[in-house]
Amino acid sequence: MLTRLRALMIKELLNILRDPKSRTVLIVPPIIQIFVFSFAMTMEAKNIHLAVLNLDAGRAGFELVQRFQNAETFSSIMTLRGQAEISSVLDEQRALAVLVVPVDFSRRLETGETTAVQLLLDGRKTNTAQIVQGYAQRILDGFLADLNPAAGRRPATLLTRHWFNPNLEFMWYTVPSLICILSTIISLILTALSVAREREMGTFEQLLVSPLQPIEILVGKALPALFLALCSASLLLAIAIFVFRIPFQGSLTLLYGAMVIFLMAIIGIGLFISSLSMTQQQAILGAFVFMPPAVILSGFATPIENMPGWLQNFTVVNPLRWFLIIVRGIFLKDMPPTDVLANTLPMVAIAAVTLTAATWLFKRRME
Amino acid sequence: MLTIHHMTKHFEGAPQPALDAIEAELHPGRITGLVGPDGAGKTTLMRIMAGLMVPSDGTVTYDALDVARDTQALHAVLGYMPQRFGLYEDLSVIENLRLYADLRNIRGAQRSRTFERLLAFTGLAPFQKRLARQLSGGMKQKLGLACALLKKPRLLLLDEPSVGVDPISRRELWRMVREMLDDDTTIVWSTAYLDEAEQCDDVLLLSEGRLLFGGQPAALTARMDGRVFQLLGVPEANRRQILTGALERPEIRDGVIQGAALRLVLTADLAQPPPESLGGGTGTRMVPVPPRFEDAFIDLLGGGPGGDSPLAREMPVRPDSDRPVVEARHLTKRFGAFTAVSDNSFAIRRGEIFGLLGPNGAGKSTTFKMMCGLLKPTAGESFVAGLHLARSAAQARARLGYMAQKFSLYGDLTVRQNLFFFSGAYGLQGKIQEKAVAAMVDVFDLHPFLAGSAAGLPLGYKQRLALACAVVHQPDVLFLDEPTSGVDPITRREFWNHINGLVGKGVTVLVTTHFMDEAEYCDRIGLIYRGRKIAEGSPDHLKADARTPARPDPTLEDAFIALIEQSEDREAVLT
Repeated sequence: MLTRLRALMIKELLNILRDPKSRTVLIVPPIIQIFVFSFAMTMEAKNIHLAVLNLDAGRAGFELVQRFQNAETFSSIMTLRGQAEISSVLDEQRALAVLVVPVDFSRRLETGETTAVQLLLDGRKTNTAQIVQGYAQRILDGFLADLNPAAGRRPATLLTRHWFNPNLEFMWYTVPSLICILSTIISLILTALSVAREREMGTFEQLLVSPLQPIEILVGKALPALFLALCSASLLLAIAIFVFRIPFQGSLTLLYGAMVIFLMAIIGIGLFISSLSMTQQQAILGAFVFMPPAVILSGFATPIENMPGWLQNFTVVNPLRWFLIIVRGIFLKDMPPTDVLANTLPMVAIAAVTLTAATWLFKRRME
Repeated sequence: MLTIHHMTKHFEGAPQPALDAIEAELHPGRITGLVGPDGAGKTTLMRIMAGLMVPSDGTVTYDALDVARDTQALHAVLGYMPQRFGLYEDLSVIENLRLYADLRNIRGAQRSRTFERLLAFTGLAPFQKRLARQLSGGMKQKLGLACALLKKPRLLLLDEPSVGVDPISRRELWRMVREMLDDDTTIVWSTAYLDEAEQCDDVLLLSEGRLLFGGQPAALTARMDGRVFQLLGVPEANRRQILTGALERPEIRDGVIQGAALRLVLTADLAQPPPESLGGGTGTRMVPVPPRFEDAFIDLLGGGPGGDSPLAREMPVRPDSDRPVVEARHLTKRFGAFTAVSDNSFAIRRGEIFGLLGPNGAGKSTTFKMMCGLLKPTAGESFVAGLHLARSAAQARARLGYMAQKFSLYGDLTVRQNLFFFSGAYGLQGKIQEKAVAAMVDVFDLHPFLAGSAAGLPLGYKQRLALACAVVHQPDVLFLDEPTSGVDPITRREFWNHINGLVGKGVTVLVTTHFMDEAEYCDRIGLIYRGRKIAEGSPDHLKADARTPARPDPTLEDAFIALIEQSEDREAVLT
């Protein structure tokens, strides 16, 4: 049995590695993707265009506009000449926000009366608009505090510290998550194509008439895929640590242990798709039906806690959800083994289910 | 008239041209056969004639049109049916016709008239609503032909219309094409089946890109007159060894098994050997028979490959056994309400070649698949080497070798890696594995190709590698699925030399085929029709059953068709 399995695994590895196309697919896209996606998926608001309509001729109005101008967030400030221009500027997305300083702004501040500046935001970009609003509030607070230090003194202030990522570097968050997602894609595609490719080439029947048992064929396809996915993930891990300089706080052993379980769960899904597909085209389609919900329900882009309760229940069966917690935890805060284990056990259950389902379907499809 | 003048096609990176200085004239009112094995250049020539490919050198003209340049004008008069005609599998018969009619801009009354005519012509009228993917191979080809004939073409190019089609559907296709031929139409029919060449008015015989012969097929076969004999009265059990011996003699140019007899082609200018000298005893006699196109082709190629099989020398003799080595007991397979195979039983002895024959969709592939464990029977059992195929699947499968019609090898792996994989899959390892692989490499002469990808092998060597992978573990039983369809006749002879040699060592062979030449090698044939075995016996026995006063000497194909018609008549009487 071991002889047959060994022959099958060598064949599987050679089949993937000798084909220049699948060799390239294995190495080049993940590297390009981790670089492109890491820079593309910024969670900060940067390079914001701001328009200013300053109706105030006084010093205070001028100074406030200056402060906005000096803020890093805003890459360009456009000066508007009248109310009429506001709607077209927002409408055509030439600016995300418009700051309107009223005519009597300086006068009212000098006389100690209350006044208001208006900030009009483009609500189509909900998230960025909220962030910009926060920035604007901070600039205004600072302006007021400097204007009247005595009045600005408050009995208590809030002191914030961001643990595990003190400067809130968004890449510390996205790059480890990307390792999870890219290795999901690799292991899923490798296995989804494996049986379908043999069906298409006619070699599958040749395998089935050999003494190889169905379970041996599946193991012979799963292990090489696991090996290649681990290699690919290691490459991405090295890029994260040495190129992006993401601090790695935790234990490599724990990370790899959890990764093997995670990849087995995904490989089970890939083999299931492959057993179901008659052609490689169907297999790719199947993989793409699985990927988007798996990513969105993983907590990668949006926190699971913000999802409605019924939807949160679905995320429990998503291996990516658990693996993301582990990878971020091990990377940024040296997650203790008990926590790693607690998040690995659900993946063990998921892997058991997907692998059993793949075996069951594979055997069934042979009849 | 279609004129091909000094036309050469060279593909980049290929060591030799796909077509080399072809010179030919194709006349209207005649069916010209483009004949040659796979890889001879038939499809390339077809595509060039259809204006889909430009020749590297030389010209192809149709009347006044330069085929390479005036493609618009050419396509107005052209009907082209590529090898896998572009039928939409998820559309029904009539929807496919409508689609192609729309593309050809056939509308209104003309459209309904054309549909009516073509549906009647192809016999597809009762199946209009059936999805194309549910049609049998023969029906698909007929539908493809109907689509190509929507606008009556003046130049009709048919690229291997009969490939994978059973003898009955093949005859119907020929009848249809004959019927539509008139004085203005030029028809080109390409085929790898050499027996079809004799049905063509003219023939272009291609081999490795070169035109070996152009003209009427009878003119070529006439060269062989007086050189072809049947050797009758051979002891049946020894006929394979006698053939092997005969092929080694210089007087014998070529030879094959034909049922219980041998068919021998003599070398020109050498004396005919006395029949008893060939090893069949005093009862043997030689009867002259009319030559076939294939005899002439082999002669042009310099004769057959001899009769020796180095493979058989490597194989140990299988132990004797009185019990059948392969056995089917009441095999039945149902797919939903449809019964594909119904109560099929047969037994194959050690060292016997058994053939499963039948029209497309009759259930012979389903039976074959149940015999090698690719399908689970709904009822009944199958045994290989005395082992129950369902209960001891792995042990039973370890004893069988399998070769499919398309070369099911790993194209990205090298020749050596393929051999090591298949031997490893059968549990060979270490020294034994290395010895077995080395023996295969020697036997099949694979040394020069060991490190190259299997996909890049010449076709003949792919065939050899496929056989090598199927027998590297020295199986007791060989299962062959149309093993030599489309293969050039020399390679086909080599292949059957090996099979004959293996059978001599006691290997048991089950073969399924459409190909009457392959069927002639069988000791016994089971004819499957509508899921049932309607006849079983030796090829000669089946031929005798089909003998009528009108047809005193039927071929195996005649017998095949007659037996199926008889079975249909019987059913008609019963219902």
